Amino acid sequence: MNDLTPTKEQREARLEGMGCKRKRVEDIRFTQGKGNYVDDIKLPGMLFGDFVRSTYAHARIKRIDTSKAKALPGVRAVLTADDLKPLNLHYMPTLAGDVAAVLADEKVLFQNQEVAFVVADDRYIAADAIELVEVEYEELEPLTNPFKAMDADAPLLREDIKGKMEGAHGPRKHYNHIFNWQVGDREAADDIFASAPVKTKDTYWYHRTHPSPLETCQSLASYDKVTGHLTIYGTFQAPHVVRTVVSMLSGIPESKVHVIAPDIGGGFGNKVGVYPGYVCSIVASIVLGKPVKWVEDRMENLSTTSFARDYHMTTELASTQDGKILGMRCYVLADHGAFDACADPTKWPAGFMNICTGSYGIPVAHLEVDGVYTNKASGGVAYRCSFRVTEAVYAIERAVEVLAQKLGMDSADLRLKNFIRREQFPYKSALGWEYDSGDYHLAMNKAMEAVGYRQLRAEQAEKRAAFQRGETREVMGIGVSFFTEIVGAGPSKNCDILGVGMFDSCEIRIHPTGSAIARMGTKSQGQGHETTYAQIVATELGIPADQIQVEEGNTDTAPYGLGTYGSRSTPVAGAAIAMASRKIRAKMQMIAAHLLEVHHNDLDWDIDGYQVKGLPEKRIGVKEIAWAAYHQPIPNLEPGLEAVNYYDPPNMTYPFGAYFCVMDIDVDTGAAKVRRFYALDDCGTRINPMIIEGQVHGGLTEAFAVAMGQEIRYDAAGNVMGASFMDFFVPTAVETPHWETDFTVTPSPHHPIGAKGVGESPHVGGVPCFSNAVNDALSFCGSVHIDMPHDAWRIWEAAEKLGLHKAA
Amino acid sequence: MIPGAFTYHRPKSIDEAAALLTSLGEEARPLAGGHSLIPMMKLRMATPEHLVDLAGIPELKGVCQNGGDIIIGAMTTQAELIASELLAAQVPILRETSLVIADPQIRYCGTLGGNVANGDPGNDMPAVMMTLDARYTIVGEKGRRVIPSREFYQGAYYTALEPGEFLVSVTIPALPDGHGFAYEKMKRKVGDYATAAAAVVLTKKDGVIATCALALTNVGDTALFAEEAAQILIGSRLDAASLARAAAAAEAIAAPATDGRGTAAYRTSIAGVMVARAVRRAFERA
Repeated sequence: MNDLTPTKEQREARLEGMGCKRKRVEDIRFTQGKGNYVDDIKLPGMLFGDFVRSTYAHARIKRIDTSKAKALPGVRAVLTADDLKPLNLHYMPTLAGDVAAVLADEKVLFQNQEVAFVVADDRYIAADAIELVEVEYEELEPLTNPFKAMDADAPLLREDIKGKMEGAHGPRKHYNHIFNWQVGDREAADDIFASAPVKTKDTYWYHRTHPSPLETCQSLASYDKVTGHLTIYGTFQAPHVVRTVVSMLSGIPESKVHVIAPDIGGGFGNKVGVYPGYVCSIVASIVLGKPVKWVEDRMENLSTTSFARDYHMTTELASTQDGKILGMRCYVLADHGAFDACADPTKWPAGFMNICTGSYGIPVAHLEVDGVYTNKASGGVAYRCSFRVTEAVYAIERAVEVLAQKLGMDSADLRLKNFIRREQFPYKSALGWEYDSGDYHLAMNKAMEAVGYRQLRAEQAEKRAAFQRGETREVMGIGVSFFTEIVGAGPSKNCDILGVGMFDSCEIRIHPTGSAIARMGTKSQGQGHETTYAQIVATELGIPADQIQVEEGNTDTAPYGLGTYGSRSTPVAGAAIAMASRKIRAKMQMIAAHLLEVHHNDLDWDIDGYQVKGLPEKRIGVKEIAWAAYHQPIPNLEPGLEAVNYYDPPNMTYPFGAYFCVMDIDVDTGAAKVRRFYALDDCGTRINPMIIEGQVHGGLTEAFAVAMGQEIRYDAAGNVMGASFMDFFVPTAVETPHWETDFTVTPSPHHPIGAKGVGESPHVGGVPCFSNAVNDALSFCGSVHIDMPHDAWRIWEAAEKLGLHKAA
Repeated sequence: MIPGAFTYHRPKSIDEAAALLTSLGEEARPLAGGHSLIPMMKLRMATPEHLVDLAGIPELKGVCQNGGDIIIGAMTTQAELIASELLAAQVPILRETSLVIADPQIRYCGTLGGNVANGDPGNDMPAVMMTLDARYTIVGEKGRRVIPSREFYQGAYYTALEPGEFLVSVTIPALPDGHGFAYEKMKRKVGDYATAAAAVVLTKKDGVIATCALALTNVGDTALFAEEAAQILIGSRLDAASLARAAAAAEAIAAPATDGRGTAAYRTSIAGVMVARAVRRAFERA
């Protein structure tokens, strides 16, 4: 050692490992327009597909005449359900155990449903050709109100499963019924409610919306008739699952199916499922022996592929007079649209809705969910949340506010009184989950202090008095939410997708010169995996992050994984990285022992190499160890330095957080202005604080959108309203409030590096926080609950009903 | 979202454009900034066979003063309206209005002519032109003619333009010194059409409103000239009662549709709120 020998701190900093605010390496290409998305890929002889879509929400198809379209020069094929029937591909299986039409078979069940697929030399010809396909419909009575779905005289929607009274999740009660799912102890809950001194009961509608990634869904299929190989480029959050499904449906051996997810421009759950466009591009390519590309436009994206939410949640709480919550009952009517295409683990028809007891020690609870069909697009995806967790958190966080209002108690105090206490973890909830870790009181108290909660309440009291004196037309709302997420699906004992366990994987190879490649079963859609995964490897293996290549999305090279959604990448694949790294480190220790001529137990790991215990100057770095692994025989060891890990998590992880929103509402216009928003997140170990902050900003912006106006609406005839960015609310920088972020750290005890996942927390916690702010603003006028979305006209309407415009 | 086939023309003069539009007849549409027409074509709600792009005609651009009148070429963009010092000094309501149209990117393309001549009730400039009593100069097969803005709008996308005619320029008569003005627009987000909006230009004498012109955006088939509301205000010192009566008179002529911006009742009420706020602000400025 001499003066030039780097210090421990310098060596650590050089790694840019966990905890470092490392800049996102993928942004170099994204910010220069050099990303490589599906629509950037051009193959020789490529054709383009486009859909003829249904005009009606519910109609019988009397006739499809494709002759004029086929006669248009440049049109190569027009596929209808009749063409797919011989292949048994007119329906495809959904992740929820139902089937969904690929091309409408005899009936259409929602507006814009796929009726025929036109394939042409370019997308302009295809667009002209779809206008030439003649479809004759006989209109049928549409069903848009889920509360009428199970009426005795409701129109029958799914003729294809008419007689099938046993669904994927048990018996069906009615021809429009999908499943009934119950968790918890109903009798015990009923007993509590029979005797509880205070009870609340309200129905909260979490409206239908859409994940709306900037890049729509798209695919490019290329079948080689000579070799029998099928290559599919697509917007897939879970490429391996797509490969398995394609192989199962097509009969092509999985080894000859190559699925590649290149750069993805946002997913948010929209790109988990399989859509008719993918299937049709594959079928057309197999039939024509040419590459066939399909690209959704914005209206198709918003109106057909994967809505989110649409849960009507009747939520009841029982408590003592002094605010100790005794029990919870929740009944959900779930509007699934025309097919049950929820992207949930197979055994969970309502996802993890049973996290709805939230962050509170509620001893007794019961949850019941009924899913029904309506004439709307199918979906039910987890839009920037783990499966139905946003719905669950919304239900409990609204219910707690309503209870506080009824008790005349401050809602933050009510939460503090009922939180699961630190010493109760691991905590078994009444609805079956084991929360791994948390310190809710610490987080809540820190947040309340940071925002000056008591002072805000005092200011609000003054403003309310001024409003009542007629001195202002503005009311102030304070939104509080405290959420517990359940992410990182999941342990294969209870989570699978079509039978495949929800593990994830990592394969790491250290090259002879000491740089490395990590290949993953997940797939980033913008989360920054290339940056953060490398940081985990850097810390675990002492290799600088900038020398670690992270590769995802190519099923030929990546180990099998279940993909990226439900905040599972860090909890599951992140763990696989650590475990694969540790296998390599164990081998490096043996090599180091040989090179240093000591017993391996006499070595200590030291940032980027091994040193002999008590002799810090006698050390060997990772670079030398890697070189040795390839260049000299080590007794009893294979050459090379690589490892694979398939990680099956023992439990989910449970990130949590405390959010506060201060909002001012103009009662005369209904316009709401967010004055302040503070988000404290606890996601366990923090791998890259800058990426966490970015994720929180993005998630809060989407939460703001959903709570304050973003919706997919239908009229009574089943026409989808406002499926364009003109009407569908995506906030710009102008509308987006300023975000303040903060954190506490409670590492997950069962995760190798203690990380819990964060990408979805801000959405899950944000939506109830905004909604609670709106509701809080008007609560002093007697309002109990106002449904989302809280766009200006609905807030105005609530104020109108409360009589607040009379004095104007 | 792909338009049907069309032929693109780019004339170099007003005469050439007029000759083209006349000869091509109803299958042709003049193209200004394209921010209404092109989306309609992508949705195939408009399927013109010919587009006559007016962007290559220098005479259609620019702002100038002729005596007391301000003359603005139809192809002047909203960004150019915002940047014009002449307009900032003489007709500041145009700058205020342009700044709430769409977003900066669109304002670099979107034109005054397109905004006033398309006949879309969601456009902001028609109401403003009515309050300014602007005149539109139009050219067509029969040469030039001038139509007052208050007589130009006939229904949604229906205007006094005959097939083959297009707007050349907008003439704004001189405004009195020290006039008060305001354009109040309620919208869901940047880039949106108004839920309701109100334009007002007024003058004061000895603390009393001497003249007043008021018009509403996007609460009817066309921009609405709110004559009665303006009459109520003339002679008042803007007391709460006359302001409320004026707002009520504006609401009485509003007939908005229920849409994603809100119910008809809500949008009508917002028209009244916008009128009250615009008048108050204009009164303070006068």
